[in-house]
Amino acid sequence: MDYSQFLYMPQELGLLIVFLFVFLFDTFLPKRYQSSLPVLTSVLFGIFTLCNYFMLSRGVAFNGMFENTAATFMIKVILNIGVLIVLIQSIKWANSEDMAVRRGEFYELLLLTVLGMYLMISARHFLLFVIGLETASLPLAALVAFHKKRYESHEAAAKYMFTAVFSSAIFLMGLSFVYGLYGSLYFNDIAYQVMNNTSAMLVVALAFVIAGIGFKLSLVPFHLWTADVYQGAPTPVTSYLSVISKGAAAFAFMVVLVQVFGAAYSKVWEWMLYAIIVLTITLGNLFAIRQRNIKRFLAFSSISQAGYIMLGVIGGNELGLASLMFYVLVYIFSNLAAFGVAFAIEQQSGKVSIDDYNGLYKTNPWLSFTMMLAMFSLAGIPPFAGFFSKFFIFASALECGETSIYILVLIALINTIISLYYYLLVVKAMFISPDECSIARFRSSCGERVAMIVCTFGVILTGIVSCIYTFLVEAAKDGMSMFGLLN
Amino acid sequence: MFGCGIYGFITRKNMIAILISLELMLNAVDINFAVFNRFLFPGQMEGMFFSLFAIGLAAAETALAIAIVINVYRAARNVDIRQLTKMKF
Repeated sequence: MDYSQFLYMPQELGLLIVFLFVFLFDTFLPKRYQSSLPVLTSVLFGIFTLCNYFMLSRGVAFNGMFENTAATFMIKVILNIGVLIVLIQSIKWANSEDMAVRRGEFYELLLLTVLGMYLMISARHFLLFVIGLETASLPLAALVAFHKKRYESHEAAAKYMFTAVFSSAIFLMGLSFVYGLYGSLYFNDIAYQVMNNTSAMLVVALAFVIAGIGFKLSLVPFHLWTADVYQGAPTPVTSYLSVISKGAAAFAFMVVLVQVFGAAYSKVWEWMLYAIIVLTITLGNLFAIRQRNIKRFLAFSSISQAGYIMLGVIGGNELGLASLMFYVLVYIFSNLAAFGVAFAIEQQSGKVSIDDYNGLYKTNPWLSFTMMLAMFSLAGIPPFAGFFSKFFIFASALECGETSIYILVLIALINTIISLYYYLLVVKAMFISPDECSIARFRSSCGERVAMIVCTFGVILTGIVSCIYTFLVEAAKDGMSMFGLLN
Repeated sequence: MFGCGIYGFITRKNMIAILISLELMLNAVDINFAVFNRFLFPGQMEGMFFSLFAIGLAAAETALAIAIVINVYRAARNVDIRQLTKMKF
């Protein structure tokens, strides 16, 4: 075997090195230095993230099982930024008293899931894809159960675990049908054969596959675990779940649907995805309105955001891929800002209800300012990045020019207005509500502040600095040109 | 077998029974891969390998799920799925 193939996966190797360092530090560092582990991990990962920009290598390894393109490279860089923000956010939490024994495990499991996502993104064979998917989702169940003393954490972990295993069983069933149809699990082989031969069996197989990944992405008929898990899990894990693993799964979903089953687009999966998007956006929005717990609220808002992300998939072109990546980037910044504020407040006062945010502006103006920016960006109000990401994703969906897609975009637009209502409810609670605030004035920890500042700049700048989007379009073109099946 | 698994997953109340149903579903997948490979594409081994890996994944999943069930049992003193209703919409 030619071991030089491993050089085609520099990002994975880099991540493994970071992981090994963290593991060794955790195991061999003397007790009194143990508390430096969170900072150390963040610094190591930060260096890795910086180096990542220079690690672009395009090529195919392992008989075509693994492939790096500019698009996979970009999405990995984007995810890296998100993971770094989560790591910085959780420094203080990881240093707290009851985390002392399990500090190392938190970081090791977290880094392992990132590795799984990398494999999933770059996979060009369903075996590698499944292994990546499982590596990305199983350690997360352990992370959800991390609050050993809180009952909710266990309940959430049980729910997450059962739905995760159930969904991967369904996904694997779909794959076995695909294998039975085409006799191969390589993406390229399947894509080639789908062009010549689409049978009724493919509809069943694809329904299973879409359901399987839909669970991971919390699309609507498969979303019931989301809110409970988000509420029960420790907040850093929740923000990680809602942003990073969703972003990676969305990209992988796009690769599977467009590049593998792209030829069966109009016959088989367009209407499935169409129904899913309409349901996801609408129900996510409607349920978000009635939530009082900020984490559940963000859970339902993230469900509807997942629906918007899927609009990029239904477009199925380069612009769709580019705006999907851009959406994920913006979503990382704005959602992590919102979770950062919620986390800081929860750490300080234990308050998680939106009603507790009444009059937050008077006691903590900067926190409420950050939260406001995040809400505006999530809702898509013009000067902030969220508006541009929504705009691009709508534009890419309209690109294919069918009437049904026009109606879909119209529904999505109406839903944007509904979402404005509940996002602004939070802003109203913080700024306008006359009540005396129950949360005392406090200073958030250094890590949280850095993370929030980064997110705020991200929210403001990614929208205005248009070269980012152009850059992503270039990357997406490269990613799509390898296949050239659709379009 | 897959259908049995789904049925069990939905109707069982005991978490261990749900886990067994999940195991049934995963085993159905393994058999499916092996059978497709044996009868439709006898010249290659891809399906067999896939089912080997799927068995490994299933083992990992079960181990983790059992650990979580034990945790829930410690916290709530039972493994009845109907009792896990503290968080609801």
